[in-house]
Amino acid sequence: MLKEYKTTTEVTGPLLIVNKVSGVAYDELVEVELPSKEIRRGKVLEIDGDTAVIQMFEGTSGLDVPNTKVRFQGDVLKLPVSRDLLGRTFSGSGTPIDGQPAIVPDEERDINGAPINPAARAYPDDFIQTGISTIDGMNTLVLGQKLPIFSGAGLPHNQLAAQIARQATVPSAAGKIEFAIVFAAMGITFEEAKFFINDFTNRGAIERSVLFINLADDPAVERIATPRMALTAAEYLAYNQHMHVLVIMTDMTKYADALREISSARREVPGRRGYPGYLYSDLATLYERAGRIQGEEGSITQLPILSMPEDDKTHPIPDLTGYITEGQIVLNRDLYQKGTYPPVQVLGSLSRLMPKGIGEGKTREDHSGVANQLFASYARGQEVRDLATILGEAALSATDKKYLEFVKRFEEEFVKQGREVNRTIEDTLSIGWKLLSILPKSELKRVKPEHIGKYGQSS
Amino acid sequence: MKKNLIKGTIVKISGPLVTADNMSGAKMFDVIQVGHQNLVGEIIELKEDTASIQVYEETSGLKPGDPVVSTGEALSLTLGPGMLNSIYDGIQRPLDVVRDQVGAFITRGVQADPLNIETQWEFTPVIEAGSQVNGGDILGTVKEQGIFDHKIMVSPTLSGTLKTIETGSFTVRETIATIVDADGTEHAVTLAQRWPIRRPRPVREKLIPTIPLLTGQRVIDTFFPIAKGGTAAIPGPFGSGKSVTQQQLAKWSDADIIVYIGCGERGNEMTDVLLEFPELEDPRTGQALMKRTILIANTSNMPVAAREASVYTGMTMAEYYRDMGYSVALMADSTSRWAEALREMSGRLEEMPGDEGYPAYLGSRTAQFYERAGIARLLGSDDRVGSLTAIGAVSPPGGDLSEPVTQNTLSVVKVFWGLEERLAYRRHYPAINWLTSYTLYGEQLAPFFQKEASEQWAIMRTRAMEILQKEAALEEIVRLVGVEALSKEEQILLHVARIIREDFLQQNAFDKVDTYTSLKKQGRLLSSIIRLYDLALARLKEVELEVADFLGLSVLSEIAQAKFIPEEEVQKKYDELDKKIATDVQSLTGDPVKKEAVAA
Repeated sequence: MLKEYKTTTEVTGPLLIVNKVSGVAYDELVEVELPSKEIRRGKVLEIDGDTAVIQMFEGTSGLDVPNTKVRFQGDVLKLPVSRDLLGRTFSGSGTPIDGQPAIVPDEERDINGAPINPAARAYPDDFIQTGISTIDGMNTLVLGQKLPIFSGAGLPHNQLAAQIARQATVPSAAGKIEFAIVFAAMGITFEEAKFFINDFTNRGAIERSVLFINLADDPAVERIATPRMALTAAEYLAYNQHMHVLVIMTDMTKYADALREISSARREVPGRRGYPGYLYSDLATLYERAGRIQGEEGSITQLPILSMPEDDKTHPIPDLTGYITEGQIVLNRDLYQKGTYPPVQVLGSLSRLMPKGIGEGKTREDHSGVANQLFASYARGQEVRDLATILGEAALSATDKKYLEFVKRFEEEFVKQGREVNRTIEDTLSIGWKLLSILPKSELKRVKPEHIGKYGQSS
Repeated sequence: MKKNLIKGTIVKISGPLVTADNMSGAKMFDVIQVGHQNLVGEIIELKEDTASIQVYEETSGLKPGDPVVSTGEALSLTLGPGMLNSIYDGIQRPLDVVRDQVGAFITRGVQADPLNIETQWEFTPVIEAGSQVNGGDILGTVKEQGIFDHKIMVSPTLSGTLKTIETGSFTVRETIATIVDADGTEHAVTLAQRWPIRRPRPVREKLIPTIPLLTGQRVIDTFFPIAKGGTAAIPGPFGSGKSVTQQQLAKWSDADIIVYIGCGERGNEMTDVLLEFPELEDPRTGQALMKRTILIANTSNMPVAAREASVYTGMTMAEYYRDMGYSVALMADSTSRWAEALREMSGRLEEMPGDEGYPAYLGSRTAQFYERAGIARLLGSDDRVGSLTAIGAVSPPGGDLSEPVTQNTLSVVKVFWGLEERLAYRRHYPAINWLTSYTLYGEQLAPFFQKEASEQWAIMRTRAMEILQKEAALEEIVRLVGVEALSKEEQILLHVARIIREDFLQQNAFDKVDTYTSLKKQGRLLSSIIRLYDLALARLKEVELEVADFLGLSVLSEIAQAKFIPEEEVQKKYDELDKKIATDVQSLTGDPVKKEAVAA
């Protein structure tokens, strides 16, 4: 029934160019049969008259010009979905790799999804307790938020993401709504992927997880489909099965690199650092799939991880990500080298949804004041520390010496916490107040005077 | 015209760009229906009989051979009552109607009328049949949102004799008047009119702006004010608070109408505005802020071509309300995303790229956009004046202001509010850098402030700025040799500068009182701080006071709380504060200063 073409004229990078085709649609799914009889999939990237440009999901190695057979499927790439997704592991392009049969689908869904109508969104304002002070206290994660971890090679972003996945609870939904984790690995190593799988397995979380794994030695272009598969699964679980879904996507840098590879194969005009001009729009089609919908119980919260080349936040990937996501958690190398885990660089981190996710009835009435005061005091304290390195501690004023003590203890007691330590929001705020008591009362301009009386501690 | 529709055939599809042939006779920027689903597109290039069409919706599934049909009309809006309190996408599809039609996710090929066609509007004519009318003349009014007089105007391109005019209830499609033009052709007039988005609506004469757009934001109103009819840019890296600042302006600006364009930004930000604005009260009318607001939402994950159109859609709506004689403020967040959409389409057209891949016409397009702002004497015989203020956020990659979008914007706008990440780190919000920001409206607006705020306004502003500039210079010295090396005067200046920064410039958008500060309160707060400085310096000339004693004054914490004083108590509480400042400073004691020292 399906027409088969043997009119391939060119194989270039991840692209295949086929001539003399007819009736081919833009974005259509393509099945390609190699001379070795292996079947691979791709999609139509451009169609010009009777010439189709096909992007191969699983790479072009082994393809040739005379014998490759191309069959157009008449439909876009879809993911079969049902509740049975839970507990399963798939390749980066959606094939089961856990030795079990394919799932019996409820339906098949276009992996590109559709944009959520801004008039149908509900504003995310439900507090998620991650048990990590620097996040809960100062960069609060909210249900339905997209909050990336900006990290670098050799930093413990995986440990942090796994700890968040393990500890996250939503006090307002406790016991009422099921939780699920969708994990998308793009170009990470086998060991990194295994770390997550083991962590989920050991905690008994694997039964409520869906994993899509594209490893470093898998074809790079497959990574374009991986996060879309994962988010399609997440949307099904959130909006059809009414679950709170946490999506961990790692590593977004590898994803963007794959996009650049395709772009350069198409000889497109490059933007910054060779990434295509549409990198922003493309990333947005992933990140904007997080959120909440009015009248819908389920939600999608995203925790993308990206490694910043040379720890440079102005590199296009973290830069464009930051413009789309609702804040960022930045990990810092100096802190980590001093033995601080999690090495969260508090001042560079931000949660845009925090103001409406905290306070009375959500966390505690003093939360906002304490957080602002800790930010301001830590910023001041760092300036004092810089000053002390130049002038020596002796040259500091009495107040500045207090700030110096505050900075040290803040990093040791508030930022630093063990990999297994799960602090409640009350614990976190109480550590905050303890540290603020180091400073003279007149310096505490951000907290309300009545809260000092109620929650403040004497040093 | 409708009889010979131009029908062509698709030959090529590449993302949002579709090429079709057999299109001879089609015009640039004509709206095209693409494929069997009638997706909306617009011609952006013509070569012989081949047209390049940018499509405002996802193009997957289109095939060569699929039909395209030209509507023969440039991309136009339906302008009429019912636009306020609405949310539209980039090509004027009402998103709430779309939601009710197809659910939470936007599917392709959705069609929805821009204005509700069933609503009955009570039309009151203000002119009689038989009169001679010209473009811009007001025929009558309808009440919009219960508070606005929505003026029904003769289209700018029409003039003639008013043959009939009705009174009563009408929908936007019913005829309310007929006009016979010079050629004897009869034109039916409805409550709505069409206007192409890329053509500025004409005015009689542009004027020089002399009245500020008051925003309730202290750093803006006091230090870097913008005029009604002016233009401003807010560039800043991510996390520096562009969107919060834009939203604050949308909330508290004393404009009559706000058009807020979310151009390629986060979906949740639009939702935030949608949910919050109906709850917030306009301090001037006592009505919900949403009632004076139009939202255009083309978020980052919605089709990129419609993003390009969204800024023009917003601008045209803003012009339409300006034409009625209102002051309108337009916020575009973010113009960088618009420029990127331009770049993406340009790349697909295989145009020669300019700076950083942006098309060579980026500069002229940017200038054309901002030139549509202004205060103007309008068309129409009643000599009315309306203003359109345009404020654009810019998102420079990596916070680097030398990039093309920022530079092209700065070359046309008159106000620059430079947001800085360093300030945002310290939670100094709004993170507007007071040393690098500027306004070019200072002189034009000075008479207004002198008259409406205080005689001392300009002097006070200059003195505060001097203190902040001196602080920056002194900080260099402190960094090298420590604070002890400074004189007492200088040390006090440093502390006063800190008070200005923390207690005046910083403003909490999330605090009920602090979120908005009237001009009067701004003046009182700043003058109290300057008074403290003057009195402290004067006291220093009398006694050898210790800087530490100055810092111990209890009035300092009262100054810190002064921004939280509610508007209705300003007079009383600030009078008390000023008294306390005087007595507290006078209470500072020390050895009397020797006469010679004073002379020196």
